[in-house]
Amino acid sequence: MNHARQYPRHWRRPPQIITDRRWRRILPLAILAYLILALGSLEIDGARLIEGLERGARFAHGFLQPDFTSRWGDIRQGLIESLTMTLTATVVGILVSVPIGIGAARNLVPRPIYLVCRSIIAVSRSLQEIIIAIFLVAMFGFGPFAGFVTLAFASIGFLAKLLADDIEEIDASQAEAIRATGASWWQLIHYAVQPQVMPRLLGLSLYRLDINFRESAVIGIVGAGGIGATLNTAIDRYEYDSAGAILLIVIAIVMLAEYASSYLRKTLQ
Amino acid sequence: MLSIDRLSKTYGTQGGASGDTALNNVTFQVPQGQVLGLIGPSGAGKSTLIRCINRLVEPSSGTIRLGETDLAAVRGRDLRRARRRIGMIFQEYALVERLTVMENVLSGRLGYVPFWCSFTRRFPGHDIENAYRLLDRVGLLDHADKRADALSGGQRQRVGIARALSQEPELLLVDEPTASLDPRTSRQIMRLISEICRERELPAIVNIHDVPLAQQFMHRIVGLRRGEMVFDGAPDDLDDAMLTEIYGAEDWTAMRQEHEDDTTAEQDTRLQLAGGAG
Amino acid sequence: MSKLAPRVGEPTHYSRIWTFRTPRARLALWFGWLALVALFVWCWQLMNEGTMWMFVADAPRQAADIGSRLFPPKLGYLPELLAPLWDTLNIATLGTLGGVIMAVPVAFLAARNTTPSATLIRPVALLVIVTSRSINSLIWALLLVAIIGPGLLAGIVAIALRSIGFVGKLLYEAIEETDARQIEAVAATGARSSQVIHYGIVPQVLPAFWGISVFRWDINIRESTILGLVGAGGIGMKLQSSIDTLAWSQVATILLVILATVVVSEAISARMRRALI
Repeated sequence: MNHARQYPRHWRRPPQIITDRRWRRILPLAILAYLILALGSLEIDGARLIEGLERGARFAHGFLQPDFTSRWGDIRQGLIESLTMTLTATVVGILVSVPIGIGAARNLVPRPIYLVCRSIIAVSRSLQEIIIAIFLVAMFGFGPFAGFVTLAFASIGFLAKLLADDIEEIDASQAEAIRATGASWWQLIHYAVQPQVMPRLLGLSLYRLDINFRESAVIGIVGAGGIGATLNTAIDRYEYDSAGAILLIVIAIVMLAEYASSYLRKTLQ
Repeated sequence: MLSIDRLSKTYGTQGGASGDTALNNVTFQVPQGQVLGLIGPSGAGKSTLIRCINRLVEPSSGTIRLGETDLAAVRGRDLRRARRRIGMIFQEYALVERLTVMENVLSGRLGYVPFWCSFTRRFPGHDIENAYRLLDRVGLLDHADKRADALSGGQRQRVGIARALSQEPELLLVDEPTASLDPRTSRQIMRLISEICRERELPAIVNIHDVPLAQQFMHRIVGLRRGEMVFDGAPDDLDDAMLTEIYGAEDWTAMRQEHEDDTTAEQDTRLQLAGGAG
Repeated sequence: MSKLAPRVGEPTHYSRIWTFRTPRARLALWFGWLALVALFVWCWQLMNEGTMWMFVADAPRQAADIGSRLFPPKLGYLPELLAPLWDTLNIATLGTLGGVIMAVPVAFLAARNTTPSATLIRPVALLVIVTSRSINSLIWALLLVAIIGPGLLAGIVAIALRSIGFVGKLLYEAIEETDARQIEAVAATGARSSQVIHYGIVPQVLPAFWGISVFRWDINIRESTILGLVGAGGIGMKLQSSIDTLAWSQVATILLVILATVVVSEAISARMRRALI
């Protein structure tokens, strides 16, 4: 043992993420420059903000003392539209996404079908619900039907993608075993694929039901029906107490749906 | 000198009489420099006992005296002051995996430095110097800037020892130090702990499930069974009848057989401590 | 003779019927499906009470009409989109920054192992998270435009408010999943609770924190492109005005720009997450 040895009295933590010296110098400067530029392009109107404070207080007040009654007819109609739209769109979405999901699984289908199905998924996923809704409202006219088509289309991208990824990850040896018995393609799907992905598909469907309800509250803003339209009207009329009531209902339903779907997913597994 | 007097701990319903009794009227003293081994089957209350001493577990009744302080009664700032006088070495190391070895050793000084000091990682010079000395003592001087999760099990446990020692403790609590190590490394770690206790005249309580290892390295052994002390004496007094009483049906003879095999294997490759764990 | 006679104890007859489920379970399953179909039909009728089927039937013609107007996209419109695109990036980035800054304390208050009070403060923190999560950023924007007026600021605040719930939820789950032994070990050295958090918890959740933040930034880029539809600034404002004037070729250009932005931000976030973890 060398107890007489001298030990350093200073220690610096070695850099963990960015080890290059130059980058360590440049990066903070670049971030600072960006922040200055970005904050500089904000045009803040002080007078408008002060007015906003007062309106914000009114909104907070409306949120704390929500008015469910005076617009109850509209709220009820919006809720019915949202809920029915959510359910039908999810069901149709699942029905359509199962064949597309199977078609988009590389290990099950020939290449041309795979490419077609994957591009349908890509289109559905890259466009946001609200943009799809704008087009569909222009096509189908205002109302929940356009919303239903929007949500169904969006569900297809979501469910088919995850389903296809799931199928591609299934245990290949189980599929081999079934194939070795001389099973046809349909039998292969039924005996090797379905049992492996079914629980996940159920879970995903419930999750999507949840998402579709949240989205149904949004697409109404562009005229696709549902509670979002009611909310938009309430805010346009500055009826913050009605808007507060609608938001509280939305929050309550979302919480309920989330709780119920996580409970269901747990019991199903 | 540590003295524990009628220490009891009941888990479960708060304040109620019902609940699991983990410790029941445990009383003993540990004089300066003594390495005391705590043995017993799992669930005997070994872990609870040493966690009561530094109050990671709240004792239900009794006193724990370290020097002038009653550890069972302190709270708030006094509790933190008391804790920094007690070094603890954990089962499975319990290092902060994503910090460097040096930061882990320096974290032993947290009770001594103000928040801003630890926040900016600017520890006083003598703390850093001491940390390097301890790392040298446990044979890890070259690993100071590595992340803890890059080390092997034996090396991590040495960092754990260095962290405990950097507190400049008056008492060492050691919880199953070899539980996840291979037999050879286990012996090296136990030897290191007992050497350090000898060098510094440190009393230590070592919670250990491996009876032969305990008999080899401990000065004194306390046997616990269902929260009660059933044995207190020298390692040599621990005979088969006593072990059966402590462990019941558990097959400790197999444990001893294994130990003898390991010892003969070890004699072939007598390693020095440093750099051995690889 | 005796060889042919069945031995005692050996079954002589095997059932030829094998079913996957018991009759009762099958009945319940069929009933469940029937109920689902009935529910679907009922919802369908309720939903389509006011639907003008004439318009729906007309949809293919409308689609063809819009489609023909979308092409070719008006590329000359691109330079006009640069400033709104910059605004959109700022909404997403500053909004994420604000959201993350607010989410960190909320997450520590909501995590079971760091909350100062599990009965009083934790429910409040969880309520904040749930509220922020259940309201879409477009609705937040709608509210904020009404309150603080149209413009970038409303967009930034909307994105920030929506991000609190997302980041807060994932972060508090990460905090609850930390290794308790590492924290215990830091506490055992006599560290005060701020030091326990800084040395025991922060290093464990830091990778998750960066991952979550970058992930949310990616989502926020996507969401901030449309906030302009309700007046909260960015490229969505151009989209809204182009739709209002039925300038479909401009709409096509804007959609292409949005698509490109989303793809690029996704690539950046994937690379950053790989580098950080």
